[in-house]
Amino acid sequence: MLKDITLGQYFPGDTPVHRLDPRTKLILVVVYIIALFNAKGWASYAVMIAVTLLCMWISKISLKNIFKGLKPMMFIIALTALLNIFYTQGTPIREGWIITWEGIDRAVKMMLRITLLITGTFLLTYTTSPMALTDGLEKLFSPLKKLKVPVHEMTLMMSMALRFIPTLIEETDKIMSAQKARGADFETGSLIERAKALLPILVPLFVSAFRRADELAIAMESRCYHGGEGRTHMKQLQFTGLDIAAFLLGAVFLAGIFIMKRFGL
Amino acid sequence: MAVISVENLTHTYSIGTPFERTAIQELSVTIRQGESICILGHTGSGKSTFVQHLNALLQPSSGRVLIDGEDINKDKISRRDVKRRVGLVFQYPEYQLFEETVAEDIAFGPKNMKLPKEEIEERVLEAAGFTGVDKALFTRSPLELSGGQKRRIAIAGVIAMRPEVLILDEPTAGLDPAGSRQIMDNIRSYREKSGATVMIVSHNMVDAARYCKRIIVFNHGMICMDGTPEEIFSRSEELTGIGLDVPKAAELAMALRRRGIELEGPVFTHEQLLRAVRRAAEVPVC
Repeated sequence: MLKDITLGQYFPGDTPVHRLDPRTKLILVVVYIIALFNAKGWASYAVMIAVTLLCMWISKISLKNIFKGLKPMMFIIALTALLNIFYTQGTPIREGWIITWEGIDRAVKMMLRITLLITGTFLLTYTTSPMALTDGLEKLFSPLKKLKVPVHEMTLMMSMALRFIPTLIEETDKIMSAQKARGADFETGSLIERAKALLPILVPLFVSAFRRADELAIAMESRCYHGGEGRTHMKQLQFTGLDIAAFLLGAVFLAGIFIMKRFGL
Repeated sequence: MAVISVENLTHTYSIGTPFERTAIQELSVTIRQGESICILGHTGSGKSTFVQHLNALLQPSSGRVLIDGEDINKDKISRRDVKRRVGLVFQYPEYQLFEETVAEDIAFGPKNMKLPKEEIEERVLEAAGFTGVDKALFTRSPLELSGGQKRRIAIAGVIAMRPEVLILDEPTAGLDPAGSRQIMDNIRSYREKSGATVMIVSHNMVDAARYCKRIIVFNHGMICMDGTPEEIFSRSEELTGIGLDVPKAAELAMALRRRGIELEGPVFTHEQLLRAVRRAAEVPVC
């Protein structure tokens, strides 16, 4: 049951989107988000949806996978929509009702905005391996090293965290089974009882996480790891023609959204 | 008393996903009260999956597991009750210790059974006795003890539930020879004194031969051999074929017998071999 969690899952593939430099993809996602928050009219939203679907089509990510990732967010999306429907001033759809036409308009746009936001970021994590992602981040933020920001350490922490998520999930599963075998009950009882029942899982989990961290540190040290200074990468990131094309398209897209905003579309 | 019968048990992990994998297939076996059984098999042969079915931690994809004729997966209550009758000690059980003191950790199982306080205390003492956990350790934190001590405390935690069937998944993994022998002796004394059925999952042939009367060999999710240690080890070529080894002493004894040297009794361990060879040497060879 715990294994069903999708957290930044990567779907390997060989599409143009997969081949893009991770830095390009990171920048384009930022461009996408800026565009999304500047889309005001329905026409702009139509463009956003079209661009998103196009990217999905190129990267061969199916709608099904996107929906699977959206599922945990459904509650937040629904809640936002509901609040917007009921709390927007304007002309009521019927005499005496508190639901307004403006409210419905806003609710649908909000839902679209959140859905598109999540879809856009999913496209990034579905098509970029965690390693490439952290490499890209490190490169992008490397100018901050001059300001004494520990960029390398931060990205290393990130990639390690990503690396250990499946391991920890597996470990949790194992500890849960072991405690169940000793008669622990995680399914019945009041909320407080159930929270208390988590203790036999959390304590061993923390103990083993710290032990693992310790072992990893020793293993890294014994392989002469000493921080980012002078370290090179096995895979050097290199911008290609594909990236330049993607940047150009991204710029056109962003400019288009801004122009549409100017004309109130 | 508990008789476990497994009927056509099949288990498939992650059904309906690309990661679908059948771990055990159409498996049937009967286990009688008081038996000492060793389950052998290489990594990934389905041993661990199999034992997790015996206390309803895993539910069969198809087939049934019966204890005294009753399906253990009948409903939620029987799934819970079977965990008290069939105690399962996982691999590296020391990683499940969490309480502040050793005594409390051993008491976790009995506490979950909602037993009266005096009974819990009695069971903790008894279980600690079986596994050789010194009473002086009771107030210490289990996390600061040595690996072997932790292992014994974790096993005591399951024994304290007084299971009719005790299953241990690789109880000696990662311990030194002295430590593993001690634990195996503790388990044997528990079986002798309580009359419980004991099942050990292992790939240590010597342990299997020394402590168990029946060996079940798993291969590719199926039982490929089931019999006494003598029967199993006489099929050494088949064992090697599925990636298992016959104990060196047993192999040597078999070779000697083939040469016509009479060796008395079962010979699986170095000590037995030594004794048998000495005895054979006393008898003048014509």
